[in-house]
Parts: sequence; C-alpha cells; structure tokens
Amino acid sequence: MTETIIQGLLLGGLYCLFSLGLSLMFGVMRLTNIAQGDLIVAGGFAAISVAPLVGGHFVMAGVVLLPVAFAVGYALQRTVLNRTLGKDPLPSLVVTFGLSIVIQNALLEIYSADPRSLDAGELATGSLNLGGDIYVGTLPLLILVAALACTAGLQLLFSTTSLGRAFRAVSDDREVAELMGLNSAKVYSVATALAFVLIALAGLFQGLRTTVSPADGPLLLLFAFESVIIGGMGSFWGTFVGALVLGVSQQVGFKFDPGWGVWFGHLVFLAVLLVRPNGLFPKTKG
Amino acid sequence: MSANVIRSTRASQATIGIGAALCVAAATLPFWGESSWMREFVEIACYLIFAMMWNLLAGYGGMVSVGQQAFFGLGGYVMLSLGNFLGFNPFLAIPLAALVSALAALPVSRLAFRLHGGYFSIGTWVIAEVFRLSIANVSAVGGGSGTSLTALRGISRATREHTTYWVALGCVVAAIALVYLFLRSKQGLALQAIRDSEVAAESQGVGVARMKLAVYVVAAFGCGMAGALYFVSNLRISPDAAFGVNWTAFAIFIVMIGGIGRIEGPLIGAVVFWALNKFFSDYGTWYQMGLGLLAIAMTLFFREGLGGFLQRRLGFEMLPTRRILKLDAQPATPVPAHTPAAPSQLMPKVSL
Repeated sequence: MTETIIQGLLLGGLYCLFSLGLSLMFGVMRLTNIAQGDLIVAGGFAAISVAPLVGGHFVMAGVVLLPVAFAVGYALQRTVLNRTLGKDPLPSLVVTFGLSIVIQNALLEIYSADPRSLDAGELATGSLNLGGDIYVGTLPLLILVAALACTAGLQLLFSTTSLGRAFRAVSDDREVAELMGLNSAKVYSVATALAFVLIALAGLFQGLRTTVSPADGPLLLLFAFESVIIGGMGSFWGTFVGALVLGVSQQVGFKFDPGWGVWFGHLVFLAVLLVRPNGLFPKTKG
Repeated sequence: MSANVIRSTRASQATIGIGAALCVAAATLPFWGESSWMREFVEIACYLIFAMMWNLLAGYGGMVSVGQQAFFGLGGYVMLSLGNFLGFNPFLAIPLAALVSALAALPVSRLAFRLHGGYFSIGTWVIAEVFRLSIANVSAVGGGSGTSLTALRGISRATREHTTYWVALGCVVAAIALVYLFLRSKQGLALQAIRDSEVAAESQGVGVARMKLAVYVVAAFGCGMAGALYFVSNLRISPDAAFGVNWTAFAIFIVMIGGIGRIEGPLIGAVVFWALNKFFSDYGTWYQMGLGLLAIAMTLFFREGLGGFLQRRLGFEMLPTRRILKLDAQPATPVPAHTPAAPSQLMPKVSL
C-alpha cells in the first residue's frame, strides 16, 4: 500500500505540471484552454525533435524549447486568444477546441500515430533508497521536485512581484486595472507565455517518463482539469495537492484492476465535486 | 398608438410550407432513390439532431457542453439493450432511449451544474468519459470492443433501410419541431431573455436555474434520440464510437458554420458539413485540420455564421422565434423584442 501511495504521489507531480498552466490562464483571464493537453503533447514531440539537434540531451532540449514556448504563448495570446476574451466563454472555448483538433491532426500528420518517448539517459534507470526496501525512481522524483518548485515559484510570483500584482489586478477587475495604467492585453500575453513554458516543461517530462502520442491530449487535459478542481480554483498549492490526490486515486484504481485507474480517478473527482464543489482548498470562485 | 406582437411573417409561414412540402417529397425517396442516399441521409440526420441540441445548449442556454456524447452514447446503448435483451422493436426503442437519456440528465446535471463557464465544458467531458469507461466495463454489452444489434435480425435489408430512413426523417422533423416550439413557448422566451442577460432575466422573475435544467434535459433527450437512431442504422456499437468527443467536435463545427443561437444555423451548417465531408473527407488529417481552422475563423471573424449572413441579406427569418413589437406609429421599423428599446417602445403591454 505504501508503495502504491508513493507511486501515486510521484505521478501526481507530473499531473501538477500538467495543470499549473491551465490554472494560471484560468486564474488570470478566465480562459479555459481546451487545447492544454494537446499542447503538452506537442511540447513532448517538440522536445523529441529538438533533442538530437542539440546533442541528444534532454536538458539542452529544454533550454532551447522553453524560450520558444514563451514566445509562442505570447504571440498566440496577442494575436488570437485576446480576441476571444469577454463575458461569454463561448468564443475562447470554441477557438481552443478548434486549436486542439488542429494540433492533434498536425501531430498525426508529422509524427504518425506511434507513441514516442524522449531518452532520459541514466535518469531513466536510476533510483533512490528511501529506507527499508522502498526505492523510488530518480526521474519521477525529479519531476515531483520540479512540480513543487514550479508551484512555489508561481505562488511567490503572484504574491510578491509586480508582475504577480498585475496578474491579480487584471483578474479582479480588468477595467479598473487598465485605469491604473496596466495594459491588460500585454498582461494576459505574459500569463499565457508563462503557461506555455509550464506546458512545454510538462510535455518534456511526459516524454521522458512515458510516451507521447498525438491522441493523448484530451486525457491529459482532463487530468489537468481534475487536479485544478479537486484542489480548488485560484490556489496553486491547491492545484498541487489536487494533482497528488488524483495521482494516488489513479494508482489505487490501477491496483484493483489495470483498466480502472483512470476511471477511479474520474470517480474521485466527481465525488469531490459532489461533496466539496469548491475543491479542497477553495480561494476564489470561478 | 396601438401595438401588435408579430410572431410570424408571411415569409416564415412560406418557409414552413416549403419545408413541409420538402418533407413529403423526401418521404417518397425509398420508392425512387438509391439506398446509399438513404444511408447518407440517416447519418447526416444524426449529426444534425445532435448539433441542434448543442445549439440549444450553447446558443440559447449559455452552456457550452463538450460532453453531450454522454447522452448520445447512452441513447445508443439503451436502444440496443431494449432490443437485444428485452425484445423491443429497436425502432420503437428510439423514443424510449431518448426518454432514458433525458431522465439520466437529471442526476448528471446535479454534478455538471456545480461548474461554470469553461470549467462546465470540461466537467461535462469528464462525465462523458465516466459513461464511456463504465460501459466499457460491462461485459453484457461487449465491454470495450462493443457489440452488435441483433434485434433486427430476420428483417429484410430493404425493409430495414426504408424504415430506418423514415424514422430518421421523422426524428429530424420531430427535433426541429421540438426546438422550434420550445423556443416559441413561454419557456423559450424566458430562455432567450437569459441568453441576452442572465441578471436582467432573473430580475424580471425568470427562474434561471430551472430554465437551464429544462434546456439541459431537452438537449439530453435530443442527443439520446440521435444516438439511438445512429446505432439502429449502424447495427454495431462500441464505447469509443458512442461516447467519442468527435460528435461534439462536429456539432460545434456545424453550429459555428451555420450560425449559433438561431434555429436555421444547424440546418445550414449540416448541409455545408455534408458537402465538405463528401468532397474532402479523403484528405483525412488535412480535412480535420481544415475543419478546426474554419471553426476558429468563423468564431473570430464571422460570429453570425451563414445563417445570420443570409438573414441579414434576405431580410427575413426563416423560422422566427422572436416576438417583434410592431407599433402603428412607426410601421417601417419593427423593433426586435430582445434588443434594448427606448422606454416609450416598451410601454405597450405585451401579452405572452
């Protein structure tokens, strides 16, 4: 049982990285990015393509990829997504849904339907002894630590920096924030740029840890979404805990029957929605 | 100054007349048409009904669901179970399956309605996935690999195809009538008020929560009907086919092309979709990418869709659901009931 829970927590670290970008975009501009999962998969494929060009090491691939993701996110928000924002969520939903279909099919065209993975080198086989006979893989542990660092970083960014203040200001009241001299279009674009960095990182780790395939996106979106809702909207630490809860739930489900993991995760999500509709750590209401 | 509420025009009555004539003509198709035409019609009919329900939800109810395939698949599986296990005639099982889907929408709404806006969309998707994975664990209906509709065995192919076609035609007419009459009813007026402003509608005594539930249940009924019809025609069902998100993807496409929030929208969109599918579906991934890009472009630059464009150019609505207040003092410009009007124009009592 301990092992199942540890596996679940490690898996949750990955899910946390899936969900931070979603949480960030929704928190700042109430934009639900349906293409989140497909973008993660695209990030994974991009890392797989870039790695051989920069010497084969995934760290170098990340160094190249993350700034590109920042630029892509900024440009996408500035040119397309800013046009969809408003009281009505429909335009942003339809546009990101369309984007999701475009990305899936583009990946299918470029990479075919085969699952691929990114070579993690020694990390893939390394493990750490946690005392007794419990070992954890180095890579999953690294991912969990990265998730922890990203969550803490985002929380600090929001609470202590001027950029974070701008995020909170446009989130609370766009018009008043603009009266105070903020350019909300730019603030939104920076938020999406940051979200895309997190998405690329998530894709990189997904490619390292398991495989990516063009059809995976929707499922990853659902995991990201469930983490956000279980944890409670508007709190990054909530999202982190939500992701861990989801990871453990899935591992427990897998333990009963290999076909039940994802299903069990969904059921735990629905149970939380039923019992605590605002999540475990509610902060703001959507 | 006297005022009249105009609910239909000569042009809209003509549309209904022409539509009825078309339906009568279409009903004779089995006597002169080819069976491939009938199959094509049945398939597009399912897409159309599904898209109309999505339009009702998203365009009128403000609920952008990405999970209506839950009710589509449920309708299919209920029809199949009634036919295979309980000996029902599958054609008669279609309305029952729709009814079961509508009933299932009641508990499902308790969960889905806890989420709002974009998170409602993904929440409904999770629920559809739960339906898919749950059915995939039921071995009686073939688990993940699905099963066949055996209840139609022993019926000749021609009879089956003709009946399926007529039932599909009937379902389309029923779905259009259902949406049209629902939107023209008092509830429909309330719904359109909610669409225009939820707060204003609530302040006028419209029960917003109750209306949204009503729309959700009606949409589930229609989606269940579409699903049951599709699998009567298809004869084979599997969780992936029944609960696939591509149903919603095509519905979104059809509605955005035709024009969201208008009855004609899905009708026009379905015709366009049928044509595109016929000529370009061989291009596979490129075709799908094109559909995605077209939906994005329509949303960004052409929100009114082809239906709105036509209405603007032709100057009349084919199937009007609005109540238009006509004042004799200024007969030239009818005032749409749902646009903010000057106080003097609001003065006359409008009986609903």
